[in-house]
Amino acid sequence: MQVQLVVNGTPATLDVPPHTLLVHVLREQLQLTGTHVGCDTAQCGACTVLLDGQAIKSCNVLAAQVSGAAITTIEGLARPDGSLHPMQAAFKECHGLQCGFCTTGMVMSAVDLCHRHPDAGEAEIREQLEGNICRCTGYQNIVRAVVQGRAAMSAA
Amino acid sequence: MYPFTYERPDSIAAAALRAATGAKVLAGGQTLLASMKLRLANPEVLVDLGGIADLTGICRDGQSIVIGAMTRHVAVAAHAEVLAALPALADLAGNIGDRQVRAMGTLGGSVANNDPAACYPSAVLALGATVVTTKRRIAADDFFTGMFATALEDGELITAISFPIPRRAAYMKFKQPASRFAMVGVFVAQFDAGVRVAVTGAANGVFRHAGLEAALGRSFTPQAAAAVTIDATDLNNDIHASAAYRANLVSVQAQRAVAKALA
Repeated sequence: MQVQLVVNGTPATLDVPPHTLLVHVLREQLQLTGTHVGCDTAQCGACTVLLDGQAIKSCNVLAAQVSGAAITTIEGLARPDGSLHPMQAAFKECHGLQCGFCTTGMVMSAVDLCHRHPDAGEAEIREQLEGNICRCTGYQNIVRAVVQGRAAMSAA
Repeated sequence: MYPFTYERPDSIAAAALRAATGAKVLAGGQTLLASMKLRLANPEVLVDLGGIADLTGICRDGQSIVIGAMTRHVAVAAHAEVLAALPALADLAGNIGDRQVRAMGTLGGSVANNDPAACYPSAVLALGATVVTTKRRIAADDFFTGMFATALEDGELITAISFPIPRRAAYMKFKQPASRFAMVGVFVAQFDAGVRVAVTGAANGVFRHAGLEAALGRSFTPQAAAAVTIDATDLNNDIHASAAYRANLVSVQAQRAVAKALA
């Protein structure tokens, strides 16, 4: 079946079997491998992308369900000149990662979080990041990064 | 996931017709798609309700809040009318699963699935809501019939749920931290006619607790809830919690819910 998406600003028409998950379209057809499949059971959040600006888990959504929507992946965050999105920069500066597997989902979730909760403090950030699991860091630097990224997004 | 045929009708009538002839209904997919990946569900035809605009929306109708079946949790949690008239329901919706799941999950999907640890069934039951379907209106007390079981017939779809506005209400959930479902959740609602208390997560399906309702009807205080003995006989006993522990949680969450409703 045909699925139409606008991915990181670029329209794409894709021919996929109906049981294709959004994450597989992104990774295997569009070669956008920054979005990861972690648990594949909608627990870990590594596959988080923005659907019309809202964070969702792309391993738990059919591509067919979101036909017509705009999708933003980690590849769509940086500016065309390659300069990092404020949230990406904050993760780099605060060392908000170790192995990096969960990082793209963390960053996408954090971007949505800070758009929706522009005044979020540390406690609210911790609560709202519940849908993203990291097995390396113990979260301290991730939360630090989101606090800094939120301030940078507000200032931008 | 095994292959299936996918359909996306634009009318409720067309969706109901397909559901009546064996298609599995897809709402937000946050439970169904995961179940299909695990081969727990294996439909040959999936009929997606996502293209039916009539099923989404929230409005106030007299002394009730009416919510369309395909309304996402995130929309209920943030809706001004719900926050003003029924903040307990907005609070419940805003704590289902996690933020990404709430962006896709729907009221109708949750209630039709009737997971024994889901949050929404407790609100439907405690508030004495009416489940509006393609065929009839079903009272909450007649709707939930057991584990993952409801009064819905084949091909009968939930179109909306009408929640009476109580004097006060609150929901308290003790989360199973891995799944974010309720280990035990208690919804208390005080109406002029009396108090209704619904418990989720503790047994094989959501249920009302007559003892708590009677005690809170006499005195709507955490102390009154604390004085009620919770029988553990029919409660779940599994790797997450013993029946006795769940019984204690029912008491504690009921007390906290009453305190929250009074705050």
